Amino acid sequence: MKAHGTVHKYGDNIDTDVIIPARYLNTADHKELASHCMEDIDKEFLHRVKEGDIMVGQANFGCGSSREHAPIAIKASGISCVIAATFARIFYRNAIDIGLAILECPEASEKIQGGDEVEVDFDTGVITNLTRNETYQAHPFPDFIKKIISAGGLLNSLKK
Amino acid sequence: MGMTMSQKILASHAGLDKVEAGQLINAKLDMVLGNDITSPVAINEFNKAGFDRVFDQNKISLVMDHFAPNKDIKAATQCKQCREFAAEMGVVNFYDVGEMGIEHALLPEKGLVCAGELVIGADSHTCTYGALGAFSTGVGSTDMAAGMATGEAWFKVPSAIRFNLTGKLGRWVSGKDVILHIIGMIGVDGALYQSMEFGGEGLKSLSMDDRLCMANMAIEAGAKNGIFEVDDITIAYMKERVDREFKIYTADPDAEYTRVIDLDLSQIKSTVAFPHLPENARTIDQVGDVKIDQVVIGSCTNGRLSDMETAAAILKGKKVAKHVRCIIIPATQKIWMECVKRGYMDIFVEAGCAVSTPTCGPCLGGHTGILAAGERAVATTNRNFVGRMGHTESEVYLASPAIAAASAIAGKIADVSEVL
Repeated sequence: MKAHGTVHKYGDNIDTDVIIPARYLNTADHKELASHCMEDIDKEFLHRVKEGDIMVGQANFGCGSSREHAPIAIKASGISCVIAATFARIFYRNAIDIGLAILECPEASEKIQGGDEVEVDFDTGVITNLTRNETYQAHPFPDFIKKIISAGGLLNSLKK
Repeated sequence: MGMTMSQKILASHAGLDKVEAGQLINAKLDMVLGNDITSPVAINEFNKAGFDRVFDQNKISLVMDHFAPNKDIKAATQCKQCREFAAEMGVVNFYDVGEMGIEHALLPEKGLVCAGELVIGADSHTCTYGALGAFSTGVGSTDMAAGMATGEAWFKVPSAIRFNLTGKLGRWVSGKDVILHIIGMIGVDGALYQSMEFGGEGLKSLSMDDRLCMANMAIEAGAKNGIFEVDDITIAYMKERVDREFKIYTADPDAEYTRVIDLDLSQIKSTVAFPHLPENARTIDQVGDVKIDQVVIGSCTNGRLSDMETAAAILKGKKVAKHVRCIIIPATQKIWMECVKRGYMDIFVEAGCAVSTPTCGPCLGGHTGILAAGERAVATTNRNFVGRMGHTESEVYLASPAIAAASAIAGKIADVSEVL
């Protein structure tokens, strides 16, 4: 499994209130949630994002509310993978549970810049920055998590 | 190496003698919680996966508190979906307008959570119940759906930071000040993936309301859960509310901690967290001149009876400053009624406060107190992120009920001594 796309870069402590503001939580519709993704900190994100793009944050990405609407909005906006130095734990679990690929890699989080073209190999954890000719090594998913993702999310993995 | 309190509860619910930090386990749940925002996503997933029954009708709680009483048609539709699901599945603990309270005030009050239990909730402040000596943590809607269907959840066993509390809190200083002080010290990711375990002889000076408030904000330091040693105060609280046996777990003497922090409660001052992170903590004497437009006293953090009591003691016979809107939200129907009986409602209304039925409303910028661009609020809530209470150019200052009440009177952030 691989991802390949252009990077949208953010800073530390990107909280779920800015990923999807609570005022839009009166719906569970994925497309509608995606139409407000990141708007409180980056009004241009929705105009820039293309299917398959990659989001890169720094420390404690996804902190705050447990709203699953946050990874849902990111995924439904077209983002294929989120890379950060560290993730807040509920966001991390939610992303896995809904099948949004995420990788912790402090080096990648520091060196990748907005607009870079990046390729991610989830089996090996290797992140390749095609713009800067650099590679970074993230921990690949443990088997337990690979099973959930390959089943297409937690509930599908329970059904099998 | 021994186990922490959290590790012991997780081990017993996973049917294991021993667990260690980092281990992945599957554990049995005693309670699965959701609200009117997170439950619809969970119900959709539950239905999509083809489940047709819940694992235990008594071990699920659905509380309509966030956008309820319904703030708009979409919110009404979400509450309706929850109501219909609860009826169809026979969910016993479904709480709707008229009997609901803010979930994390309601569940302990009703005795639905207690010491030794393992609780997940599709709300990040589910960590509140650690005040009772439970392992309790926030998850997302998919985990909630899986929990409702199977009665189990997967966990990565956390390591822990131990807080040894000594001393006694000063007048007008509360659990809110202690937790804001701690988050200021360790940062919003200072306890990432870990437990925050509170113990020591200082516990004696912390009421259950103080402890519930502190455990509530463990997530604001990135923690997986906050947990308190169980003592006579906890046992007395549970005996009044819980009609089943509870199990008290204690950490092993040789339990491993990543960090041990000693805290003398007598040294804690009233503390305010400046925008836009809970870690931006300043003691009240370092705040300076911050004029405000709104005060909110309520939420799952500080909407309990002792919070109302503090606010009433300060607002009694006083007036809210002319340009300030002061909104008070008792967290449950029971607390609301007690405010009536004790005369707090008279005090609040005579002071010029608006008192709302229980709701999360303004805390997350939902309704009942949204801020315009350029406005500032002092709130007893738990988050002050960009846009949290309204416009992205508004500001939220987190504080205790005492500081919030004093600030309402002063029209700027103020210590209690400035208005009494």
